[in-house]
Amino acid sequence: MTHVFFTLTLLCYGCATAAYLACLVRTSAVLNLWASRLLAGGCAAHLLSTIHLAVREKHLPLTNMQESLSFFSLAIVAGFIFFERRYKVTTLGSFVTPMALLMFIVSAVLHGEVRPLPPVLQSNWFWIHALLAFFSYAAFTIAAGVAIMYLLQRYFLKTRQFGGLFQKLPPLDTMDEISYRCLTIGFPLLTVAIITGSIWSEQAMGSYWVWDPKQTWSLITWLIYAALLHGRLVIGWRGKRAAVLSILGFVVLLVTFIGMKHSISW
Amino acid sequence: MNIIVVGLSHKTASVEIRERVAFSPNQIEKPLRELVALDGIIEGVIVSTCNRVEIYATTRDIAGGIARIKRFMADYHRIAYEVLEGHLYSHHSEAAIRHVFRVASSLDSMVVGEPQILGQIKTSYGYAAEFKTSGIILNRFLHKAFSVAKRVRTETKIASSAVSVAFAAVELAKKILGDLSDKTVMLVGAGEMCELAAKHFMNCGAKGVMVTNRTFERAERLAEEFAGEAVRFDELFQHLHRADIVLSSTGAPHIIIGPKDAAEVVKRRKFRPMFFIDIAVPRDIDPKVDDVDGAFLFTVDDLQEIVQANLAQRGLEAEKAEEIISQEIGQFHKWLSQLEVTPTIVAMRTRFDEIRRAEIERTLANWKDLPPDVEKRLEALTMGVINKLLHTPTTVLKKAGQGGRVDLYVDALRQLFELEAATEENEELELVE
Repeated sequence: MTHVFFTLTLLCYGCATAAYLACLVRTSAVLNLWASRLLAGGCAAHLLSTIHLAVREKHLPLTNMQESLSFFSLAIVAGFIFFERRYKVTTLGSFVTPMALLMFIVSAVLHGEVRPLPPVLQSNWFWIHALLAFFSYAAFTIAAGVAIMYLLQRYFLKTRQFGGLFQKLPPLDTMDEISYRCLTIGFPLLTVAIITGSIWSEQAMGSYWVWDPKQTWSLITWLIYAALLHGRLVIGWRGKRAAVLSILGFVVLLVTFIGMKHSISW
Repeated sequence: MNIIVVGLSHKTASVEIRERVAFSPNQIEKPLRELVALDGIIEGVIVSTCNRVEIYATTRDIAGGIARIKRFMADYHRIAYEVLEGHLYSHHSEAAIRHVFRVASSLDSMVVGEPQILGQIKTSYGYAAEFKTSGIILNRFLHKAFSVAKRVRTETKIASSAVSVAFAAVELAKKILGDLSDKTVMLVGAGEMCELAAKHFMNCGAKGVMVTNRTFERAERLAEEFAGEAVRFDELFQHLHRADIVLSSTGAPHIIIGPKDAAEVVKRRKFRPMFFIDIAVPRDIDPKVDDVDGAFLFTVDDLQEIVQANLAQRGLEAEKAEEIISQEIGQFHKWLSQLEVTPTIVAMRTRFDEIRRAEIERTLANWKDLPPDVEKRLEALTMGVINKLLHTPTTVLKKAGQGGRVDLYVDALRQLFELEAATEENEELELVE
């Protein structure tokens, strides 16, 4: 059953990504429509497959790299669908869906050995921590996608290259707003995720903060986004500076995410 | 039956000539009626816009028809024929079809791709339809032209880009600032170009206008025109941060806004982006302003480049459009040539004969031991019936061949008996209607 959902998800994501990439070179309302339909279909199949897995294993599928990556990509797709409906930015899909597809494929390639749930993970705090963390990651991933688009568009404007891609990309201000919105969603989630994570750490290892690489990197990620949000609210950082910081934050976030596998708590 | 086009446009006649031969839409009935009363002219449509005056008609006598319409245009507007004749062009048959398809698709317009012309032709056709001066051929012809124009519009990008400097400025501003409805425009100096650009911005929904000028009275006057706000020139930097779009065109010999000013203003705006357009020569705004984070500076040359690129793009798209038109001409021409009497009679006879033969064969196949001359007699009998049946319609058709109703008959016959290819065209006609 999981296998059926998996194949369906892969198929939908693959076609949706192809369609979104095609949207960059072709202007067609039909193409846009089908790209978002396919993605929505993929998202539904992905959700069903995740639920199915959760029911079978009797816990949320967030316990190893394979499951986490899959959930990460699900969160990205869901987040993107929200922003696409809200801001009518098809082009964002061309930048975000390939990332989600890549994560999904990598997750599929990693062989997930079925193992009993380690005792350290048997804590409600862990599940809350992990769920919130992934939703914040998804928000930051979308922010990074928008940031890349922003810098590209800015580059086109400054160098007077008004080609096809320039025409396709949304207005700078819209991208700035999406990026800000992602930040205001992602940052509180990340904050709560770190707090719940440290409570879990206390339960599992007896200390709220152990300065393991995972926690250290999480803190760095949090500080970068905190700085970005602060700069934005107080000084009015936007545009290029915000975009560069947002991409930097995403890179650090990836390090945090990949690094967690080697974290002592796993 | 032939379609002919006689007319003049911005390409062949100056505005002085064009306005003299223009037909006023309020009094279009009279010329339309006179047009179809001309010897040999069967149907007629008059298209009259500020850039072109054209008459579409059907006739059996191409040369005579064209000559009479030319004469009619001169006489109707009381212009010496010799003067007018040099500006008139005429097309017939396939070239006429191509011409009208191109005009409707805005390929022949002064600004290629401009959208008004299609609506103007539709209105003109509406008059002709109202006064019944257009008939079966022009009806179908113009509906076809509308559907071709629609196809060109949806399948090519011919009308999708800005081709004037002022419009290019608005498009560019939208690419930076997004929605313009909460954005304010500041005019520095009161040049004509700035004024035009400001008008475009207001039409596209900008929130308000501020105007500054060395002579405050002029600023006030212009501000009034836009229901905006006049700002004293020496107070420019106290107000500049409120503007999202700055259009500058003073006659000043030196720089008015430098990078430091811009940086300060942008900072005061909490880095909300600002869009500067410098129209002045020599420049009003230091080119280094473009390096300020949050400031985007464009000069007239930049805008001009966009316009040129868009025009070139339109050129490419126009080629695609010509291809579409060529395809459609073939189809329409086929239908038109089928409206001829003789081929229709032949087609009708063939159809009847086919049925007759089939029936005879069927009868003989089941008839054993038949007497020797039955087959011959059957042949003669059925031939006789068909000849009698077809005699009246054939003579009526041939007789009608001189008048205008023949096309109606031919078309009806083709549809009633499903004589080749007519059905496919019908579906299309229903669609456009």
